[in-house]
Amino acid sequence: MGKSLYEKVFDKHVVRTLDSGQHQLLMGLHLIHEVTSPQAFAMLRERGLSVLHPERTFATCDHIIPTKSQLRPFADDLAEQMLVELERNCQEHGIRYLSPDDGEQGVVHVVGPELGLTQPGMTVCCGDSHTSTHGAFGAIAFGIGTSQVRDVLATQTLAMAKLKVRRIQVDGQLRPGVYAKDVALYVINQLGVQGGVGYAYEYAGTVFDGFSMEERMTVCNMSIEGGARCGYVNPDETTYAYIKGRQYAPTGDAWDAAVGYWESMKSDADAAYDDVARIAAEDIEPVVTWGITPAQSTPVGGKVPEPRDFGDNERKVVEEAYAYMDFEPGSPIAGKKVDVAFIGSCTNGRFSDFEEVVKHLRASGKKVAEGVRALVVPGSQKVRERLLEAGYDKVFEQAGFEFREAGCSMCLAMNPDKLQGRELCASSSNRNFKGRQGSPTGRTLLMSPVMVAAAAVAGEVADARQVFSIS
Amino acid sequence: MSDPKRTTIAGKAVTITGNDIDTDRIIPARFLRCVTFDGLGEHAFEDDRKQLSEGGEQHPFDDPARAASRVLVVNANFGCGSSREHAPQALMRWNDGISAIVGESFAEIFFGNCVALGIPCVTASPEDVRTLQVAVAADAGLEVTVDLEAKQARFGDHSIAVDMPGGARGQLLSGRWDSTAELLDGKGAVSDVAKGLPYFAHWK
Ligand code: SF4
Repeated sequence: MGKSLYEKVFDKHVVRTLDSGQHQLLMGLHLIHEVTSPQAFAMLRERGLSVLHPERTFATCDHIIPTKSQLRPFADDLAEQMLVELERNCQEHGIRYLSPDDGEQGVVHVVGPELGLTQPGMTVCCGDSHTSTHGAFGAIAFGIGTSQVRDVLATQTLAMAKLKVRRIQVDGQLRPGVYAKDVALYVINQLGVQGGVGYAYEYAGTVFDGFSMEERMTVCNMSIEGGARCGYVNPDETTYAYIKGRQYAPTGDAWDAAVGYWESMKSDADAAYDDVARIAAEDIEPVVTWGITPAQSTPVGGKVPEPRDFGDNERKVVEEAYAYMDFEPGSPIAGKKVDVAFIGSCTNGRFSDFEEVVKHLRASGKKVAEGVRALVVPGSQKVRERLLEAGYDKVFEQAGFEFREAGCSMCLAMNPDKLQGRELCASSSNRNFKGRQGSPTGRTLLMSPVMVAAAAVAGEVADARQVFSIS
Repeated sequence: MSDPKRTTIAGKAVTITGNDIDTDRIIPARFLRCVTFDGLGEHAFEDDRKQLSEGGEQHPFDDPARAASRVLVVNANFGCGSSREHAPQALMRWNDGISAIVGESFAEIFFGNCVALGIPCVTASPEDVRTLQVAVAADAGLEVTVDLEAKQARFGDHSIAVDMPGGARGQLLSGRWDSTAELLDGKGAVSDVAKGLPYFAHWK
């Protein structure tokens, strides 16, 4: 029996087995940001420890940074204080800070790959659950808590148990107007938000073979929403072509050696899996969530389900979702009036996400409906720069979108971008939890960026294939 | 901290019912604008509490009779969502501090974060959890003992079987849940493993 990439990479990074039965695992890349790192540095200081491998930790700021203007000092004192703390910690410990001043800032899961930091066969960790994004490169990448951030800083290692591996194979051809985001939401809907607990997800099949790196990142990003701490795609020529020439990518002989290593880490053809799930690409429609977990979703042509569609176990959270969302069971999801449209986040804040929307806005000439607040927030300064170069900011602005600076923004609204009251938001982000977008009663509908744009121009949830004549 | 060994945790209990209670509900994101964990406790479940009180209901965390609770009883997939340690930090800083959690199941990162703080998260069957929740809801003074050694939770005349993955349980029982010290012991072997990785020296 062969081995999966997960097993190979894990084994390659094991330092030793601990008394607890867990393994001490070496971390190849550690990313930090302003929210989950200050307390970790404080703990280091308390214990008089230093950072063992500062050259393998990279910092940026994303969660609290305002997107109207990044000028310092920020109006929000606490945000300013968090940034000052991050800068101080990086300076003190010799950690590279990808700062707004250098044009390298952005959402941590956007900038890592963009700079060539994320590479196949690596272990990647960050104090943020969407670290699963980096698995798109064939890395074992997972989110950690602040005490673990401290562990990595002090020892470059973590205590980890080995996960089981489930291969999720999506074969066939996605229909026009169906995107990577729909694949991610569909998988979660099928397997449930707890389905991945204890598993690493290996995504495979012809759909993933054909996906760009950005599409692979969108799906790996949402592994955690399905309960899986990490999700990955085996590296291939698409992966190598993406990495080549980036700032932190290996060059010359080191490149050849790296490709050799990457190839050796791929899952064997006869690898053993703990479970296999098969999905036919043709079954996937554009998906919209209607509830308060990412699994509570329906095809855009579908309805908010009836309570009888659920078993006893799920009923409580389903009833809570009805009460919170204020949707009538059995009513169609299309036609729900939206107040806000948000395109951005580490799920869908990359260049190709915006480019696809621009294509449809241009072709249709449609504009944001009256009364809808529509935000475009690039995932990084570099993404923003490329959008400006292509003149896409103008397309967005002429269509009635606000074109902002880079950051997490309304994905979790730790900065000033927030929903007000019970506003309903069509969002390209990853979580529709209660209160997630800044208002304790605000409501989120997750969908693909193109579906968000369709909702923005229609003023209500709408099938992007009709709005933009996609066929 | 005093004795790090976690063998039995006894105290009053509070229950939160429902599956998939996420970290944003445990501590809403707007309270994460901070550089220390101090002061998070009072905001635990803040939005849920507010929402219920506006509807004329009371969240268990607002019940004065529950304020001294040390044991939290929950259902399935508790703590899903973000990896932020702010969630368990808020729970352990709420009033006297939650010191043990009994539930049907826990989200992985949340579970690990709790262990790293010395908070056992033990699982029991859905029926047993329900029995415990009913008993706790009926009596705010009920003393619940989570016995990690015997793998039991005891309350009134009842005793239910609880479990926790062996490694984590062992760490808590022996008081070796502070991972940094243990990982530092392995420092010597780190450079050997690093040498075997073609990429590790690239950014030197
Ligand atoms: S964009 Fe959203 S999910 Fe991604 S790191 Fe930022 S807050 Fe987290």
